[in-house]
Amino acid sequence: MNESQHLSSQFDEELNRLRTHVLQMGGLVETQVSAAIEAYSTGEIASVKSIVETDRKVNELEKAIDDDCAHIIAKRQPTASDLRLILGISKIVTDLERAGDEAKKIAKGVRRIYENGHLPGQYGVGIRHLAEAALAMVRRALDAFARLDTPQAADVIRADTDVDAEFKSIIRQLITHMMEDPRTITTSIDIIWIARAIERIGDHAKNISEQVVYVVEGRDIRHTKEKVQ
Amino acid sequence: MQIHDKPTLKAEARNLNFYYGEAKALKGINMPIYDKKVTALIGPSGCGKSTYLRSFNRMHDLYPGNRYEGEIRFFPDNTNLLSPEVDPIEVRMRVGMVFQKPNPFPKTIYENVAYGLRVRGENNKRALDDKVEHALRGAAIWDEVKDRLQDMAPNLSGGQQQRLCIARALATDPELLLFDEPTSALDPIATGAIEELVHELKKRVTILIVTHNMQQAARVSDYTAYMYLGELIEFGKTDEIFIKPQDKRTEDYITGRMG
Repeated sequence: MNESQHLSSQFDEELNRLRTHVLQMGGLVETQVSAAIEAYSTGEIASVKSIVETDRKVNELEKAIDDDCAHIIAKRQPTASDLRLILGISKIVTDLERAGDEAKKIAKGVRRIYENGHLPGQYGVGIRHLAEAALAMVRRALDAFARLDTPQAADVIRADTDVDAEFKSIIRQLITHMMEDPRTITTSIDIIWIARAIERIGDHAKNISEQVVYVVEGRDIRHTKEKVQ
Repeated sequence: MQIHDKPTLKAEARNLNFYYGEAKALKGINMPIYDKKVTALIGPSGCGKSTYLRSFNRMHDLYPGNRYEGEIRFFPDNTNLLSPEVDPIEVRMRVGMVFQKPNPFPKTIYENVAYGLRVRGENNKRALDDKVEHALRGAAIWDEVKDRLQDMAPNLSGGQQQRLCIARALATDPELLLFDEPTSALDPIATGAIEELVHELKKRVTILIVTHNMQQAARVSDYTAYMYLGELIEFGKTDEIFIKPQDKRTEDYITGRMG
């Protein structure tokens, strides 16, 4: 990745602003995910409303950033690392926005469970652990983007395998619960939706990390078994 | 996108050095030119790209004190274009050139194209007519001038003059066409027409083009060479150079950064 300055300082400013907005958006998504997990553990369903509201801001930022990308492409005809940065950002914001949507789904699922008078903690299936792992992935993916740090991005990509395995284990436990006691089916299904949303958040963090590798090294490692350093 | 076809060599610079008197303007250039492909030469002013381009048709021979070292091999016959035994006139029949500013002769449209053919000894009227038409069609200007072939060429618009110069270069059926910033004096419409033409021309002729317009290099060329201070810094497929150049100096130049 090229750290030298452009002859046009305005271009530098535009790219910096773009990066800052992505990180801002990432910060909001982190807040959403972390609030959704909190609500799951504590039953603080009041926070659901604020998670939904934050989602609106996230959506607005996605549109604004994409618009900025289009303007930069039209005005500057970026090439090489600049081009890769802009293409990467345009994909990263899509993943961030979707991660935000998943947080919203978690929040709504949590509200449903508590409103039905159930306590998900009693199921003891390790949702919180899964969620923290996914949240850490999001944080580190954003960090890798901010610092253009491919080893960090590679760590995130590897971590996704653990999250996927944990997700499967949760599903197996919930199936056992449902077979043993059909009264748990409604809540179990809600928890499955939540676990699924968390697992998807991990996937989005992985996608973001793949884009970081593309931005820095110009290698497209999506859908490949290609090893990252 | 990958280019899967294996290109064949049309020409190859081997350890090419060039001196304007004492000043060394090209430093050990080794570079392939692939057959029926467009190769763009880019780099800041004074990097040697025009000097390099002009070596291909021995333009430098016209000035005393200029000196070549090394070779430019031309295929399929493996001739060294720079060899003193090779007649520069013969070289220029095989390697045509189009300049930055359109430079038609102060003659009629017809005579501009016929001139090179006459020099070559073609005097048959019908053969000349055919070849002039063929060249003008090849340069995508036939429809605009067919009814006024006897008009003076300098009365054409800039874009038309440039296409006429391309027709003039095409008339002798060259194998390699050199373009030295062919659109820098033209408006965007005329530029678009020339770029479109380059795309058509590469079906029958190999093209080497010097351009200051990087987007133009990205649009029209299959291969790109970045030169700096008389050296070839990087040569590769245009798609790769503009997305993932290997050399930091190339990257800095094409992204508009300071060195």
